[in-house]
Amino acid sequence: MKDMSKKRIVATTGASTVAEAMRQINPDVVVAYPITPQTAIMENFSQFVANGIVNAEYVTVESEHSSMSACIGSSAAGARVMTATSSQGLALMHEMLYIASGMRLPIVMPNVNRALSAPINIHCDHSDSMGARDAGWIQIYSENAQEAYDNTLQAIRIAEDKRVMLPVMVNLDGFIISHGIEKVEFLEDEKVKNFVGEREPLLPLLDVNNPVTYGPFDGLGGFFMEHKKNQADAMERSREVILEVADEFAKISGRKYGFFEEYMLDDAEVAIVTLNSSAGTTKYVVDELRAKGLPVGLLKLRAFRPFPAKELAEALKHLKAVAVLDRAISPGFTGPLFGEIKSALFDLEKRPRLINFIYGLGGRDYTLHEASKAFETLMDVAKTGKAKKTMDYLGLKEVEVLA
Amino acid sequence: MKDWRADKLLPGGIIPKGGTAREYKTGGWRSSTPKWDEEKCKQCLICWISCPEGAVLVKDGKVRGIDMDYCKGCGICAKECPFNVIEMAEG
Repeated sequence: MKDMSKKRIVATTGASTVAEAMRQINPDVVVAYPITPQTAIMENFSQFVANGIVNAEYVTVESEHSSMSACIGSSAAGARVMTATSSQGLALMHEMLYIASGMRLPIVMPNVNRALSAPINIHCDHSDSMGARDAGWIQIYSENAQEAYDNTLQAIRIAEDKRVMLPVMVNLDGFIISHGIEKVEFLEDEKVKNFVGEREPLLPLLDVNNPVTYGPFDGLGGFFMEHKKNQADAMERSREVILEVADEFAKISGRKYGFFEEYMLDDAEVAIVTLNSSAGTTKYVVDELRAKGLPVGLLKLRAFRPFPAKELAEALKHLKAVAVLDRAISPGFTGPLFGEIKSALFDLEKRPRLINFIYGLGGRDYTLHEASKAFETLMDVAKTGKAKKTMDYLGLKEVEVLA
Repeated sequence: MKDWRADKLLPGGIIPKGGTAREYKTGGWRSSTPKWDEEKCKQCLICWISCPEGAVLVKDGKVRGIDMDYCKGCGICAKECPFNVIEMAEG
């Protein structure tokens, strides 16, 4: 019989690495409703359920609104709960997202980033998670399958920490990562088991000897605003927890995480800031351009909520020009990440020039060509001190628009 | 949690006891009031089944009155009563 307890290095998809993390976490409750490209995660996990190698109560529901509702009920009851979603599914959960965070329930949900319709599209962009930006969830982003696995494991600890007690969304790029095959190193089952431990719920609803009330009305005469401040304070406290959990994870895995990764950034003059898989492509181009002697670098953001504004300002302040890449757009504004990076740098005495590139909407390829183009523009901005356009598009086709 | 009060917050607005709806007197919402006629009442208990607030007072299998601490004046009892022994009065 195959020994599942040994460390394994395998070639597999991002979706199956997330499912593997879920198998090792072995949550009490997993709620599932299928949506492309998340489906691959739940298909894998449902096989673990069918084969009897996980104990999770596997609840199949009729919509994502119901899946998040079932997560909320189970988590309030005291269970360790997971689900996963994408795109329209996340959008359909929207009102329940606020209830999960407002009731301080440590639900962990991988979100396989996919565009929102219309036009209908099933491919990667970040308009789904960016739309849930203010829902009170911790949002962590993953460059590749390995990071998706590592982040899913860490998310359990971050979410359930008594200083935090907030839901966590682990983002990975739809198809590019969820369905692409990469080399991944899995931890031993026992190590994961010890790392995630058991959930110790505060006042669980199923403790029938100590009845409690969840979700009471908190109106004009009540303390709604104080509860909201309390929730925001918990998000602030999650900063230290994210770093502590990362340190502990490094000890068992050898892989280090923080709020973001700096790649050739120290002595760079220009840099790209981005999320998720585009960081991999960008690193390759950074290496190519560095070989030609160009002072380019990359900052890959991992924690989007809580937003590490102070640390970002410190890491980017020496640069002449920064391009923020957004795989989403807020029509009437810019890309959402651009606005946030811009505000993070506002308090600096001397700020880098900032430009915004919208890329990869609806799964449009971000190739070496697009990354090179972005750096080319950046070098020009650094040289002249001026940007021709604050916001531009990468990889846009030239087409005639009729009306 | 014995020293809990509403102004001592628990995460997520949890209240460390059950049955708290009993302490919330919803009778103050009422803008019309059911008048129940004990003489004409056939004791079918349909009003008791229909009341969404559980405000119809029943003892020993018989309707004894309506609890104005909780009655919101919705009028469902008056509508459902097959013998028209409940009337909604203003106020």
